[in-house]
Amino acid sequence: MELKVPTMAQLTTEGKEPEILFWVGCAGSFDERAQKITRDICKILEHVGISYAVLGTEESCTGDPAKRAGNEFLFQMQAMTNIEVLNGYNIKKIVTGCPHCFNTIKNEYPALGGNYEVIHHSQLIQQLIDDGKLKAEGGESFKGKRITYHDPCYLGRGNNVYEAPRKVLEILDTELVEMKRCKSNGLCCGAGGAQMFKEPEKGIKDINMERIDEVIAINAQVVAAACPFCMTMLSDGVKNHDKEQEVLVLDIAEITVRANGL
Amino acid sequence: MIAQIIFGLILITAIYLFSKNAGKIRRNILLGRDVNRSDRPAERWLVMTKVALGQTKMTKRPVAAIMHFFIYIGFIIINLEVLEIMIDGLFGSHRIFSKPLGDLYGLLIGGFEVLAILVLVACVVFLARRNIVRLKRFSGTEMTQWPKSDANYILIIEICLMTAFLTMNAADYKLQALHFGHYIKAGSFPVSSLLGPILSSHPSTLAITERVCWWFHIIGILAFLNYLPYSKHFHILLAFPNTWYSNLEPKGEFTNMASVTNEVKAMLDPSFIPESNGEVARFGAKDVTDLTWKNLMEAYTCTECGRCTSVCPANITGKLLSPRKIMMDTRDRITEVGNNLDKHGKDHQDGKTLLDDYITREELWACTTCNACVEACPININPLEIITEMRRYVVMEESQAPVSLNNMFGNVENNGAPWKYSNADRFNWADNNGQ
Repeated sequence: MELKVPTMAQLTTEGKEPEILFWVGCAGSFDERAQKITRDICKILEHVGISYAVLGTEESCTGDPAKRAGNEFLFQMQAMTNIEVLNGYNIKKIVTGCPHCFNTIKNEYPALGGNYEVIHHSQLIQQLIDDGKLKAEGGESFKGKRITYHDPCYLGRGNNVYEAPRKVLEILDTELVEMKRCKSNGLCCGAGGAQMFKEPEKGIKDINMERIDEVIAINAQVVAAACPFCMTMLSDGVKNHDKEQEVLVLDIAEITVRANGL
Repeated sequence: MIAQIIFGLILITAIYLFSKNAGKIRRNILLGRDVNRSDRPAERWLVMTKVALGQTKMTKRPVAAIMHFFIYIGFIIINLEVLEIMIDGLFGSHRIFSKPLGDLYGLLIGGFEVLAILVLVACVVFLARRNIVRLKRFSGTEMTQWPKSDANYILIIEICLMTAFLTMNAADYKLQALHFGHYIKAGSFPVSSLLGPILSSHPSTLAITERVCWWFHIIGILAFLNYLPYSKHFHILLAFPNTWYSNLEPKGEFTNMASVTNEVKAMLDPSFIPESNGEVARFGAKDVTDLTWKNLMEAYTCTECGRCTSVCPANITGKLLSPRKIMMDTRDRITEVGNNLDKHGKDHQDGKTLLDDYITREELWACTTCNACVEACPININPLEIITEMRRYVVMEESQAPVSLNNMFGNVENNGAPWKYSNADRFNWADNNGQ
């Protein structure tokens, strides 16, 4: 599918307002693996015919990693600058491709003047499935595959979104298996709290390896992720375990695109 | 008459000492910064009812939940019996409720006895889990000699109290059967009646046994009450206010610092004049008094069960961080600050701080902010908030973040992304269609 991704700047000059803003996030913009997921989210939006736009180069880091690392100054600078851009475009509804962006814009921007309806892409896909606009047909079959879902902390415990991503997997006619630590007991991938940007402290094991041990223990063939940082950590974990042939790490959006042959 | 006076004096002393020590803890908690946790009262009552009264978060570990429930319900209900003991002690009566309550009294005593034996069994199981099975959750660097002994003392005291209660009833029951003195028939005593055979059948020995157990039981309870302020067991009281004052926002949401908002607004808009309260506060927390009173209340509420640490991804993978240690360190430090206040007055500085003297930077930086510890706590304690406040101090007051994080900050500030990519390339992903 050839993508034509509209930006807010373009739409505004055409005098148009999109239904929803797609907040891509830094990982979704720069990380090669996450870029693919970003494009897949766009494919889904185009496929169902929702009018959307992105900010393009006007987007900037939400400030999440700065805030979790204790740099509240930098966080609020980022937040206020972003809010100015979002309010300037009169944005009402936002879908994010990252649970960290989702949490920050949804929960921490309102007090600073940014009030939007914010959803994560797994919630968007679930809504589209519920509305009958999206199915799992015409593409790759996941039938009979053992799929497990890794809860991102800022989607699950952080915001109590446990069911939406699972619904997306349920329509695949697969065997959805849960890891021992799932939902509110889910184990972190190890990247949160700005850990993504530093070496871990001295210990006996890396957190992502601990998580992949669990994936292997339940013989899952696919680990579904919903966060670009989890994606990196889980993929690295699978690689370090030499299980790249046996275990596939895929984002909820990628799975949806594959199942629909988009 | 002398017995009544002695009882009265013991009771008054016990209550006085307890109020004094509980008052000190209250004073220490209020050394923390202010935070509003009194909004949405209806929701708060609901959270307290569910989490503290209903113990809903305990159910994640069913064995501990059932055992704990026995002790909890036993503690609350057997206190009805303590009321009678108090009245009897003060007025020299014996089982004063037995007459007015009639058959109901026998039923109540029966219920207390069943609970007492359940409490006893649960305490024995808990002791075994700690000392024989040695569950991993009850060990760790912060579980030094005192925390371990504290837990054992609590369980042993409860076993002694329940044993005294049941022995007292057993002797009483036997004396009733013998129609001895004032020991009037008062119900069926379903558990203690089984203890009859091991007691003497001599009425005066039985009467002495009954009295000794009665005094041991009530003095034991009053002594235990006074042990609470020195012990992790204080959670039986603070669990209720602590859950009432819970954070009601989503766990992922971190507080926005109002002091920073003012400065950032002034930076972005020079005409902005912040409302000043005249107080120059520190950014983040270096010592316990930089934390909020809620953080400090949580420190005194923690009963060191270790559920937080056992689910912490950093701790599981061998890092130094243990959320339980964060809470214990905070409590020990605020207690130390309070003691200094009592001994040396308000302006005394002991040269120590929570940061470095208690909690190391290595612990702070190992946290993934995943909220597993917050979720795991059965009484809604939040170690993550303390970690975040301390990170804020290290980053904003000291500029001592790890180098790699400083690089990340620089990237966010200059390029609008945590990595060293040019903002101009931010939209390139849309060009590599299908590659």
